[in-house]
Amino acid sequence: MERPGSTSQAWAIEIQGLTKSFSNKLALNGLDLEVSQGESVVIFGPNGAGKTTLIKVLATIMNPTSGTVLVDGLNVKHNAEEIRGRIGVVTHRTFLYSNLTAYENLEFYSRMYDVSGRKKRIHEVVAMVGMTSRLYDRVGTLSRGMQQRLSIARSLLHKPAIMLLDEPETGLDQQAIPMLWNALETEGERKRTIILTTHNLERGLEMGDRLLILNKGKIVYQGSRQALDLAGLKEAYQHSMRVRV
Amino acid sequence: MRFWHKAIAITWKDTLSEIRTREIIFSVLVFTLLVIVIFNFAFGTSQEMMALVAPGMLWVTFAFAGVLSLNRSFILEKEEGCLEGLMVSPISREAIYVGKMLGSLLFMLIIEAIALPIFAFLFNLPILSLQIVIITVLTTVGFVAVGTLFSALAVNTKAREMVLSILFLPIVAPIIICAVKASDSALSGEPWSSLFPWLRIIGAFDAIFLVVSFLIFAYVIEE
Amino acid sequence: MKETGIFRNTLLGLSFILFVGALYLIFVYVPTEEGMGIVQRIFYFHVPVAWIAFLAFFIVFLGSIMYLWKRESKWDVIASSSAEVGVIFTTLVLITGSIWAKPIWGAWWTWDARLTTALILWLIYIAYLLVRSYATHEQQAARFAAIVGIVGFVDVPIVALAITLWRTQHPSPVIFQGGLAPPMLLTLLVCLAAFTTLYSLLLIQRASIKNAEGEVGKLKELCS
Repeated sequence: MERPGSTSQAWAIEIQGLTKSFSNKLALNGLDLEVSQGESVVIFGPNGAGKTTLIKVLATIMNPTSGTVLVDGLNVKHNAEEIRGRIGVVTHRTFLYSNLTAYENLEFYSRMYDVSGRKKRIHEVVAMVGMTSRLYDRVGTLSRGMQQRLSIARSLLHKPAIMLLDEPETGLDQQAIPMLWNALETEGERKRTIILTTHNLERGLEMGDRLLILNKGKIVYQGSRQALDLAGLKEAYQHSMRVRV
Repeated sequence: MRFWHKAIAITWKDTLSEIRTREIIFSVLVFTLLVIVIFNFAFGTSQEMMALVAPGMLWVTFAFAGVLSLNRSFILEKEEGCLEGLMVSPISREAIYVGKMLGSLLFMLIIEAIALPIFAFLFNLPILSLQIVIITVLTTVGFVAVGTLFSALAVNTKAREMVLSILFLPIVAPIIICAVKASDSALSGEPWSSLFPWLRIIGAFDAIFLVVSFLIFAYVIEE
Repeated sequence: MKETGIFRNTLLGLSFILFVGALYLIFVYVPTEEGMGIVQRIFYFHVPVAWIAFLAFFIVFLGSIMYLWKRESKWDVIASSSAEVGVIFTTLVLITGSIWAKPIWGAWWTWDARLTTALILWLIYIAYLLVRSYATHEQQAARFAAIVGIVGFVDVPIVALAITLWRTQHPSPVIFQGGLAPPMLLTLLVCLAAFTTLYSLLLIQRASIKNAEGEVGKLKELCS
């Protein structure tokens, strides 16, 4: 069911003491984070910092080892299915079936997300990402950039309140990015809450309201965009990479 | 109702993909024919010999064809992380299981529907009887019930096809035995009553493993 | 740690005594069976070992369920240790069965219902152990193995049923059937006790080694 994000909750995302460990490895180490409705948070960090793990926990496909994670007021451990209906997920893997056409893929996902008025909505999202001309082509014939755009369209079908983006710019053509960011950021009147992980420092600075640096499973730096300059953040980033946490 | 709507959507998606590429059905069918021909050379052509080995041959063929077809079912989901795409959607893991299982069931039944007449033709045996059809359908349900579970498991390991064969074949050994014996009785023209003991076991297997696989599936695909 | 040491040593001592007793009973005390002669004495190894093979798989089953439920590695350790010991015992079932069959029936393998079931059980054990080695990381290995453990255990009764039905339709040489005279029963029970004690000992030993390995792994990770 399509539903705009509930406005009664204080935070769109609330994380307390999140820890995630695998066999012998500690991926997330006592994370605390609060994200307001409509805020966009950009997360940097080296490989293995825990960015993808954090996204997976928020997307409810990984359970926290300990700690509480609330997405749109719902607990990831108990209300996973409901949360999934309210979030849109984009990663560097497109989740698209290459033998099917773009339209068929979107139709499939609109059924998965209980989207009403499927046909209309599919045309809407495809227009948002600028792919109307290729709607009936097989996904396998599309370029990587187009596939990623389609993936973004897929994630918007059910008008999610919260977007989780794990290095989504992989393969995207540069010119398309402002249009796509616009599609991701707003739905009609409302701003979506966005969590985005990236390797690209400059781009992240352009996009986020708040910036986070993650290293070895901990937040080592936080700051709002207005309060920082590029040079200062770069220095802080490099400094935290050198420091062992 | 949501559950079935989404499960069937998955089955339809798989069917659509298969119609486009004809990957599963074509390759498995060719494989089936090859096995039949090879067995034919191995066992000679005397009518008595054929009647003796036909049931076993039929079910060995279907078992191996089943492994092939089940494998491909989840390989499709591995590309571009589609399984993860399903997992972040508001669909229950059980609905994913049912959707994939029904898809595999459909494909296997189609393959068997094509292979059985070929068997009947090549070996001049009364294979196209209601008895054989019932045995085949029941056994295939059992294959697919367990096979879907294990193929989801195998696709995440290092040696997919091998893992699936090693896991799958011992577990379905009992219903293969029953299917062979029941087919043997059916081909000899025996009445339904002699089939019942075997069909009962296959039926029990189906019921038990549909339930068990349904319940455990979530544990296989979680991260 | 000390308490486990004492417990283990007790088990070791107990199993030693039981085995000495069992050997005496098997080779000196119990009279030779009429039909099969001396080779029948294998029965006193074969049956307990078969019992353990199934018991071990039951423990694998329980451990697997507990692991999927609680996600504590100690349950996975119990399940996998039991599987390792169990596969050895199942191999012994097949070997002793063959040794018994050869002089009696002239063939190493006779597709006897119980031996055939043991063979399938052996294959399921192997599948359990192989899945562990083919998984990509430890937690996945434990999880996948638990699934095989559960499905495999549920399957075994069906296997036994199907094979028994198959054999009643086509009777073939059976390894053993018939009643037990009191001295034979006593010998059998003592052997059963001896092997069960041995199984418990091996299980505890193997599990504690695995637990220690797990601890070492954790320490290594902390220090790196």
